[in-house]
Amino acid sequence: MNRLAITLAAASALALTACAKKPPAQLPPPPQDTSTPTDNGPVANNGPIPGSEEHFKSVMNGRDVIYFDTDKYDIDSEDAAALRQQAQYLLQYSNIRATVEGHCDERGTREYNLALGERRANAAKNYLVSLGVPAARLTTVSYGKERPVALGSNEQAWAQNRRAVTIVLQ
Amino acid sequence: MMVRTATMLALLLAAAPVAAQVQAPPPAPVAAPAQDEGLSVTVTDESAWQDLQVAIPAFATDREQPTPANSQGTTALGLELARVIYNDLKNNALFRPTGPDSLPKPGYSEITAPAFGTWRGRSAEDLVQGFVRAGADGRLTVGCYLYDVALGEELTRGGWVVQPSDWRRAAHKCADLVYSRLSGESPFFDSKIAYIAETGPKDHRVKRLAIMDSDGANHRFITNGQATALTPRYSPDYSKIAYVSFLNGYSRIYVYDIGSGRQTLVTQSTNPTFAPRWSPDGRTILYSMAIGGNTDIYSVSASGGGTPRRLTDSPGIDVGGSFSPDGSKVVFESDRSGNQQIYVMNADGTNQRRISFFGGRAATPEWSPRGDLIAFTHIVGDLRVAVMTPSGGGLRYLTNDWQDEAPTWSPNGRIVQFFRTARGSGQASIWQVDLTGKNLRRLPTPVGASDPAWGPVLP
Repeated sequence: MNRLAITLAAASALALTACAKKPPAQLPPPPQDTSTPTDNGPVANNGPIPGSEEHFKSVMNGRDVIYFDTDKYDIDSEDAAALRQQAQYLLQYSNIRATVEGHCDERGTREYNLALGERRANAAKNYLVSLGVPAARLTTVSYGKERPVALGSNEQAWAQNRRAVTIVLQ
Repeated sequence: MMVRTATMLALLLAAAPVAAQVQAPPPAPVAAPAQDEGLSVTVTDESAWQDLQVAIPAFATDREQPTPANSQGTTALGLELARVIYNDLKNNALFRPTGPDSLPKPGYSEITAPAFGTWRGRSAEDLVQGFVRAGADGRLTVGCYLYDVALGEELTRGGWVVQPSDWRRAAHKCADLVYSRLSGESPFFDSKIAYIAETGPKDHRVKRLAIMDSDGANHRFITNGQATALTPRYSPDYSKIAYVSFLNGYSRIYVYDIGSGRQTLVTQSTNPTFAPRWSPDGRTILYSMAIGGNTDIYSVSASGGGTPRRLTDSPGIDVGGSFSPDGSKVVFESDRSGNQQIYVMNADGTNQRRISFFGGRAATPEWSPRGDLIAFTHIVGDLRVAVMTPSGGGLRYLTNDWQDEAPTWSPNGRIVQFFRTARGSGQASIWQVDLTGKNLRRLPTPVGASDPAWGPVLP
């Protein structure tokens, strides 16, 4: 058996460092949040370290996430504005890498949603690349419908869950 | 070649039907009435045979003996065997069974010479009797006899020699024998289910690979829940389970060898892979892989090695796949037309054509082991389980709820299992329904449950 015998010490392998990265644990601000956008660049002295995951998130102020219509993965103008801001940041801190997570709402079948989430993550990634972010610094991952942020079973919650989230890797 | 560790339960069922060679007391070589059709059950109308009253008294034993199968010896085990058979039939709404707890207990010598008068008095139309004996080597011999009470005749019999730990399998074999003889259908009780056990809140759901017998017994968690596990599929010989794990942070298909506990990747690619499927002969695995957002279906040798073969190349999402029973065709899902629809292709990827044309979205197709139907998820707002013919005709819903998803067939193609998600909480549970759309019931599982995959009948 020459199948790259990755014999992962049984199923009970605990090695988990690889997926220690957490999706945003809390509800993101609603997409149209326009409350006092923080300016780019370093913030207060004792704030998060520039170029860190936390810093990126606070500077983006909700624009680390873009949202999609049901079954769709196209980038609309609002998404484009958010991605431009993300690209600006990623170009400013040229040594950081980022991953784009693709997610779906609960109203689809599991396997299709894994594929759809991948599509959404790639749509966001490709847009960032088109703005000059080197593709080598970006990875994608799809969680399908496995990691919702909004917990309701209604249109509002589903709209919040159909998303692509950019996360700066440390 | 992947070594098949021969520690499978299935292989432990050593002997075949004991039939007449069961030693000592029981079956006096009654002229085996096997084929004489004459007056026996020739009912083909399902509702008619469903009404048969079947009495299942406790199995007898030649002498009380301790056995590792339980803590109380063979007499108590005889009672348990009859209970398992009774519950198999009752829980699946087959016949009108009466169990051992409300019936007299036949003695060992009565097993092959039933007191028909007594059973007629109890208005039983059919009678299931049996015995259990513990051998010197510890193995158990279980005999099973089905009688037509009105005729006072034996209809069929079977016998199995099993390890004590496999005693329930002997009961399932007996239930299968009774079911097959009386209904004319293929057996299905002696089979297993792989699924995903779910715990925790909706936004921190823990998902573990788990397995159980078709009646929920012998439940076992296989993974510990540290990494999300999804969509398991038993290999046809039950030696392995292919499933998706996020162990490395993204979805990849692993093949878990039950005997050794080892896992291998189905393909070396670092692209995300998901939706594993076995061919009916167990030699091929289908998988879906996303590259740059485009998902296609590939096939690869299950024994490792060999180059994966890409079966689809549409720019849309092509995912899943389920082989026809003869392995010549694959039914799969694609959104190349704009949304999820169901397509059929030859197993080599040629001749791809859409078969679902009835509005809404159609997903997760599974070919019946009988070949006559395809079960799938139909999405029109709600998700419902439905069946259609392999040419796309005869759409028929089996369920009507908020979210029923991902059907899997019983080994005989008469029952469909699926999982149901509750609105709001997202709690998942496994359900089953028969092809008439009746007899819907929830399967008992220790915790939440999704992604059921029903394997074939054990040999």
